[in-house]
Amino acid sequence: MAVLVLADHDNATLRDTTSKTVNAARALSSDVDVLVLGQGCDAVGEAASEIAGVRKVLVQQGDDLGKMIAEAVELAVLPLMANYDALLVPSTTSGKDCAPRIAAKLEANQITDVIEIVDGSTFVRPIYAGNALETVSCSDAKKVMTVRATAFKAADGGGSAAVENLAAGPKAPKTRFVSEQMVKSDRPELQAAKIVVSGGRALGSAEEFHKVLDPLADKLGAAVGASRAAVDAGYAPNDYQVGQTGKVVAPDLYIAIGISGAIQHLAGMKDSKIIVAINKDGDAPIFQVADYGWVTDYKTAIPALMEELTKIGK
Amino acid sequence: MKVLVPVKRVVDANVKVRVKADQTGVDLANVKMSMNPFDEIAVEEAVRLKEKGAVEEIVVVSIGVQQAQETLRTALAMGADRGILITSDVDVEPLAVAKLLKAVVEQEQPGLVLMGKQAIDGDNNAAGQMLAGLLDWPQATFASKLELKGQTADVTREVDGGLMTINVDLPAVVTTDLRLNEPRYASLPNIMKAKKKPIDMKTPADYGVDVAPKLKVVKVTEPPKRQAGVKVADAADLVAKLKSAGVI
Ligand SMILES: Cc1cc2nc3c(=O)[nH]c(=O)nc-3n(C[C@H](O)[C@H](O)[C@H](O)COP(=O)(O)OP(=O)(O)OC[C@H]3O[C@@H](n4cnc5c(N)ncnc54)[C@H](O)[C@@H]3O)c2cc1C
Ligand SMILES: Nc1ncnc2c1ncn2[C@@H]1O[C@H](COP(=O)(O)O)[C@@H](O)[C@H]1O
Repeated sequence: MAVLVLADHDNATLRDTTSKTVNAARALSSDVDVLVLGQGCDAVGEAASEIAGVRKVLVQQGDDLGKMIAEAVELAVLPLMANYDALLVPSTTSGKDCAPRIAAKLEANQITDVIEIVDGSTFVRPIYAGNALETVSCSDAKKVMTVRATAFKAADGGGSAAVENLAAGPKAPKTRFVSEQMVKSDRPELQAAKIVVSGGRALGSAEEFHKVLDPLADKLGAAVGASRAAVDAGYAPNDYQVGQTGKVVAPDLYIAIGISGAIQHLAGMKDSKIIVAINKDGDAPIFQVADYGWVTDYKTAIPALMEELTKIGK
Repeated sequence: MKVLVPVKRVVDANVKVRVKADQTGVDLANVKMSMNPFDEIAVEEAVRLKEKGAVEEIVVVSIGVQQAQETLRTALAMGADRGILITSDVDVEPLAVAKLLKAVVEQEQPGLVLMGKQAIDGDNNAAGQMLAGLLDWPQATFASKLELKGQTADVTREVDGGLMTINVDLPAVVTTDLRLNEPRYASLPNIMKAKKKPIDMKTPADYGVDVAPKLKVVKVTEPPKRQAGVKVADAADLVAKLKSAGVI
């Protein structure tokens, strides 16, 4: 069995979701290749070749691949799948966009958000906002799955796989990239951060959200997240949303500030190592999953917390 | 232009489901069911396009048990024109859903399929992309803004990192994200009117699609439970605990 892993990157750097997905793939086969689709992404190909256990890195470039336009990605991946028995794609928005399209063309029943590989045909995935775990067995000739990277460890570095550059990549026949508005930040990425501080509806305005959360995040070297309510109200960009229908995070420390703990929010953070909840309502459901609960008004709590952190040299 | 909106009947978003003791699935007996929230957003968007005069007809389609008729009625009360119910007692997997929808698309010839990004029961986030693939149509997933421009559409998508706008040729499949709109509640007169709107009853066999599940569910289990921890008294207490836990 040979497995192809689609790399997750921003054309400049490879994200560790790729290495984690390689580790998942290694549970299926020792023949794991990584496909880097992008534009101006030579450095990414090099980085992928250093992941331990990778057999070969394939790099294909093109403008539409640089934006991961689903139509172009399908055209790039499909012919390669003649050589592979499984395609593993990190569960990012781009992975979720492209993988099912490819799966349908391969007559494969995609397995979404795999969190455990039991054996070559048996996989575990969360359903119902993570309130149940489903173990499925798949007999498709070609298997396609998206992999929830937070559930897997990163593979070691130190590899030296060969990098093969493929001919210029396909164009998307019926889609054109227009523009993008990316959130600029010097903080760590939400899904890669060791610490995440998240704010909810309680923050009340975009100004307050940033005034309260940004300094705390900077002090802790943390990423900033948000509940859906905070994103819907425009306090935080969509990219911050943690939850069933946003991002899934599992940092060492997750601090929820003014977030009630709805099922949909818990789905995105309950696998964090340590959870801290700061909420003025002692009955808020978030306290049922919090290791350390602090029943208090965030308005006084956060300044006090900042002060204590300064005292220990943060 | 005609718009097709697939709507799924799912467990209501406010219900916390329980896993059955025999590990065969989740307990859905006497549980509140609703239209999948992302599909409500898709219906709302279609109705707004119709109100703007950009769309002439909205056809809603559901694949599921007889009671999915209620889901179609809700969509009709929101402003859709007619419904198609493809009955199935088994929960149909995304690939088979996509195959059925492809057959419906071939009959109905819509200029746009607007659907949810994800059904909140199976959390697959797959059927729309699969449909676009099977039709060789362009796709615009996770839409937070949709603008029709003659033979194409500009769609702003919620992606990791921010927002991306793409322009797709029509016909296309667009899947909705939470910020696209806020769905309306149907008014009582519209609920009454919806009762008279037609719903076509079909079966998967009418479309020649095999809906028998291809993935075998080995078991369904409870996720590991987190224990509620301790309450802290103040900031110093919290910082001390985080320090001794080694996370700061
Ligand atoms: C289809 C669907 C998908 C969804 N997906 C997601 C998702 O991915 N992620 C997500 O987060 N949600 C999601 N939701 C929404 C979810 O159900 C909740 O509505 C949402 O998480 C609530 O956000 P919140 O906790 O910020 O707001 P609220 O529930 O309003 O909670 C605010 C909390 O702040 C506390 N508070 C108020 N003032 C203060 C103060 N001064 N100091 C301290 N505490 C204070 C209150 O006690 C309260 O507990 C989804 C819902 C649906 C239907
Ligand atoms: N049984 C169904 N009936 C109608 N539409 C469906 C059905 N299943 C999925 N869909 C559509 O496909 C979208 C994505 O579903 P899924 O891939 O299952 O997460 C949903 O939001 C619906 O628009």
